[in-house]
Amino acid sequence: MNEQMEKDLQTRGRIFDIQRYSIHDGNGIRTIVFLKGCVLRCRWCCNPESQRYEIETMTVQGKPKTIGQDVTVAEVMETVEKDRPYYRRTGGGLTLSGGESLCQPDFALALLRTAKLRGLTTALESMGCAKYEVIAKILPWLDQYLLDIKHMNPAKHKEFTGSSNELMLENAKKIADSGLTELSIRVPVIPTFNDTPEEIRAIARYTAALKNVKRLHLLPYHRLGQDKYEGLGREYSMKEILPPGNEQMERLLDAARSAAGGVECQIGG
Amino acid sequence: MERYQIYDVPKPARISRLIEAMYAKMPEVEASRAVLITESYRETEGQPIMDRRSKAFVHILDNIPMVIRPDELIVGSPTVAPRGCQTFPEFSWEWLNAELDTLETRAADPFYISEETKAKLREVNPYWKGRTTSELATSLMAPETLLAIKHNIFTTGNYYYNGIGHINVQYDKVLAVGFEGIIEEVKEARAKCGFGDADYDRRTHFYDAVIRSCEAVIRYAGRYADLAEKEAAACSDPARRAELEQIAKNCRRVPARGATSFFEACQSMWFVQYLLQLESSGHSISPGRFDQWMYPYYKADLENGRITPEFAQELIDCIWVKLNDLNKVRDAASAEGFAGYGLFQNLIAGGQDENGEDATNDLSFMCLQASMHVQLPQPSLSVRVWNGTPHEFLVKAAELTRTGVGLPAYYNDEVIIPALMSRGASLQESRNYSIIGCVEPQVPGRTDGWHDAAFFNMCRPLEMVFFNGMENGEQVGPRTGEVENMTSFQQVWDAYKAQMEYFISLLVNSDNAIDRAHSLLCPLPWESCMVEDCIGRGLAVEEGGAVYNFTGPQGFGIANMTDALYAIKKLVFDEKKVTMAEMKKAMLMNFGKSITPEFAEQVTVNIVKEMQAKGQPVNSGQIAQILAAVIGAGIPEKDKKRFEEILELIDGVDKYGNDLPEVDEFAREVAYLYTRPMQNYRNPRGGQYQAGLYPVSANVPLGAQTGATPDGRLAGQPIADGVGPASGRDVHGPTATANSVAKLDHIIASNGTLFNQKFHPSALSGRRGLDNFVNLIRSFFDQKGMHMQFNVVSRETLIDAQQHPENYKHLVVRVAGYSALFTTLSRSLQDDIINRTTQQGY
Repeated sequence: MNEQMEKDLQTRGRIFDIQRYSIHDGNGIRTIVFLKGCVLRCRWCCNPESQRYEIETMTVQGKPKTIGQDVTVAEVMETVEKDRPYYRRTGGGLTLSGGESLCQPDFALALLRTAKLRGLTTALESMGCAKYEVIAKILPWLDQYLLDIKHMNPAKHKEFTGSSNELMLENAKKIADSGLTELSIRVPVIPTFNDTPEEIRAIARYTAALKNVKRLHLLPYHRLGQDKYEGLGREYSMKEILPPGNEQMERLLDAARSAAGGVECQIGG
Repeated sequence: MERYQIYDVPKPARISRLIEAMYAKMPEVEASRAVLITESYRETEGQPIMDRRSKAFVHILDNIPMVIRPDELIVGSPTVAPRGCQTFPEFSWEWLNAELDTLETRAADPFYISEETKAKLREVNPYWKGRTTSELATSLMAPETLLAIKHNIFTTGNYYYNGIGHINVQYDKVLAVGFEGIIEEVKEARAKCGFGDADYDRRTHFYDAVIRSCEAVIRYAGRYADLAEKEAAACSDPARRAELEQIAKNCRRVPARGATSFFEACQSMWFVQYLLQLESSGHSISPGRFDQWMYPYYKADLENGRITPEFAQELIDCIWVKLNDLNKVRDAASAEGFAGYGLFQNLIAGGQDENGEDATNDLSFMCLQASMHVQLPQPSLSVRVWNGTPHEFLVKAAELTRTGVGLPAYYNDEVIIPALMSRGASLQESRNYSIIGCVEPQVPGRTDGWHDAAFFNMCRPLEMVFFNGMENGEQVGPRTGEVENMTSFQQVWDAYKAQMEYFISLLVNSDNAIDRAHSLLCPLPWESCMVEDCIGRGLAVEEGGAVYNFTGPQGFGIANMTDALYAIKKLVFDEKKVTMAEMKKAMLMNFGKSITPEFAEQVTVNIVKEMQAKGQPVNSGQIAQILAAVIGAGIPEKDKKRFEEILELIDGVDKYGNDLPEVDEFAREVAYLYTRPMQNYRNPRGGQYQAGLYPVSANVPLGAQTGATPDGRLAGQPIADGVGPASGRDVHGPTATANSVAKLDHIIASNGTLFNQKFHPSALSGRRGLDNFVNLIRSFFDQKGMHMQFNVVSRETLIDAQQHPENYKHLVVRVAGYSALFTTLSRSLQDDIINRTTQQGY
């Protein structure tokens, strides 16, 4: 084993979960490693325990649970390797998610590089919210980039996520131009935020202008993370919001298709 | 040319009508068979058993009422009422007479029964007093065996009180030469019997019995031809009249002679399929490789333009409906173990041929299509999977799985073929395997597998360890020492092993007694003429006439015993956090939780007898105190608190089903405690015992008879299903669970293993979902798993899960970037999920 690989294995980072048998986040059957810490504070976030980098306590089913764990790449890979038979049959592998994985750039890079060198496919679910230099470093080790674009309007983006969207949109262009990875755009469809045909069309138009985009996904809002807010002692500000219905999702899909310039559009991951 | 075509024929309107009519009423018990067999037996007292059995079969066939139901293309029913059933007093009847008045109102599998039928059964059944296989079997068992059965260590009830069934016969032979051809073959064999041969009498009586039975079957089909002609003549609808005329022609030809068309082949196989179930009451009469032995008739018709794929599909659909027309009344307790009126007629599609090439054909796809059309539990549809199975075939199978009907079950050629070879079958025979009943592999047409020979509850021997073989004051198991005195885990393990081995020997004692009883009182000459090499040997199947003879009793509770023994090892001996005395007390007191009155009584008796055995006098006041303590009211708070602590400690110990190498390795060893000793035994038919690992649905009723176990399972709760983890103990998703299950040695469990998984439909949504699902199966099979079947939960199931969360602890719902255990979600979020089940993709 060369020095770089050994160093990667010992690289440490902070995660809050590893989920096996993931089938909606990248090709095939995958294992998702959730990195802790995020730059955004999306109001609808279904993993609120992912947002802070600090290790914290969340009440789960009435019991306190420590969220966040410092681990080495070697330790993560031990779990990831367990499903190798499934990756082999499906082209699956490792997916990094968060939080925003790019907040832990060295750890993310070491994980992706290790997986790739071991013959697993790699995917990253991210907002692209980091300096492009950080992204450029990981792209050679990344098979699939599942990039979130939540809204085209900077003000509204800031209002609902805490940050403006310019950096992310710019990075989207650069990632697309690089041609180094298979790029998919994912849009969480959130009522009161971006669930009008106009808003979806705007994202689709932007997507159409990007090079090499494989797919555009519309991910319907769900409230499954709601209980976690309570567990963290936080207020869930979207309590009254209902998930979009099937018909509305179909309408938005039509809107996306009308502006996506031939990019394949679908509901779900 | 493509090896196969996929037609996707829409559901014929006829099929909907047939199903609607069939399920219009509650199933009904009829008495005609019981009356006829009793009449015949009264006439044949003192004659050789082969003569009696065959004459009774003839008498039944010549006189039983017949019916052609509206819209039927494939005809023949053992009862006038749809989904009706006959009874079989020659195996057992006292339970039936005792339950006659409650059949209609019982919870599991109720049956309507008319007062007239009740009266007839009350009249004829007592003739069988002292003449049944069950009574004879009891008299052949050792007293120790009867004691173990009384204490529910295992149950051999299946064949104790019923016929054997569990066979695949040579349908291909009947389709090719008909019963006229078989009669010729038997006559030739009979002609070779020399007057001086030692077995002259046995052989000739067997051959005569076969000929007599086959001739009766031909006459019986002729009666159906007559009936169809009569109905045709009276029919005013020209289309239906033409159908009836065709039906008459078919029944005139088959099964007397070889089939000359696919239509005739369908009718011929159907006569075989249900008449086997009229000769004897055994269930799991399994058609096996229908797509293989029917294919030549379909192919010939298709090539000659005599049939369209649409009509062939309709005929297959008709057979599927008819398979659900057959029924069986079981005693109330067994009905719970086999809930759902199941007859387990296993029919398998796909796989390789005997030369190792893929054998998937048009009919393989049409079998899947038929199950999609009828959406009924029969046939128990299976598919064979091997490395060369076409992906499209498995995608089609996955589409059927996605409908939520619970079919098909998936089987791994790469494990089953070597498993059968390890039991002495040739490579060619093994490649041609089919499945019997639930999950039991065998060489078709050549095997009397006695699959399903017992349910062995692996939890009960551990209870015996804790109470030194004593229960309710009786010494049921060997004395393996007081657990309080055990100082190493090895001693616990050795004690469990000793209890297991002892009870396995009793199980064998029981099965062999039953086996003998069947050969002495209920040989089946007609079934035997379709099983190789009964004609050659001049022996019925029950006498060892088949080429391969096995006894396959199944054990269950591996997950509970793995978790239990592992918890004892960790908590008592490695970490010393709990003592054996505390563990014993926790089990006795059900961890301080409330228990049923019956169980409380049993536990109280246990304690009292133990005190008496130790020479302590017990008065009625003390008994009341003990009972109060057992019910929970009187358990001191201190004890209750300690039990809670112990439960929490157990909860913290690693569990089987989570892809943890140390626990999984432990599970493998636990399973060996059942599978290995079994291989040492032989049955009266000259064959070997081979273990299976599956409980059908007996894990629920037999769990109700099992006390608390050291894995934290409370008294009376269900035992783990199949080879899967204990309910709610697997928390790392389906791949982790499958990896754990794959670590068991499935090849040694050559009577079959059963692995259930539950999925939310989101896992199968869209083409990508189907691809991933198929590859999940393939990946499990790459690791040498044997069997896999799926419950894809429907909207209704999720609603049920809201109401009974305890049954759905491990149900995971997944959406992009998120997954959750369904039952841990709040009500309104569960409602969101329920509303999503109808969506195709998200």
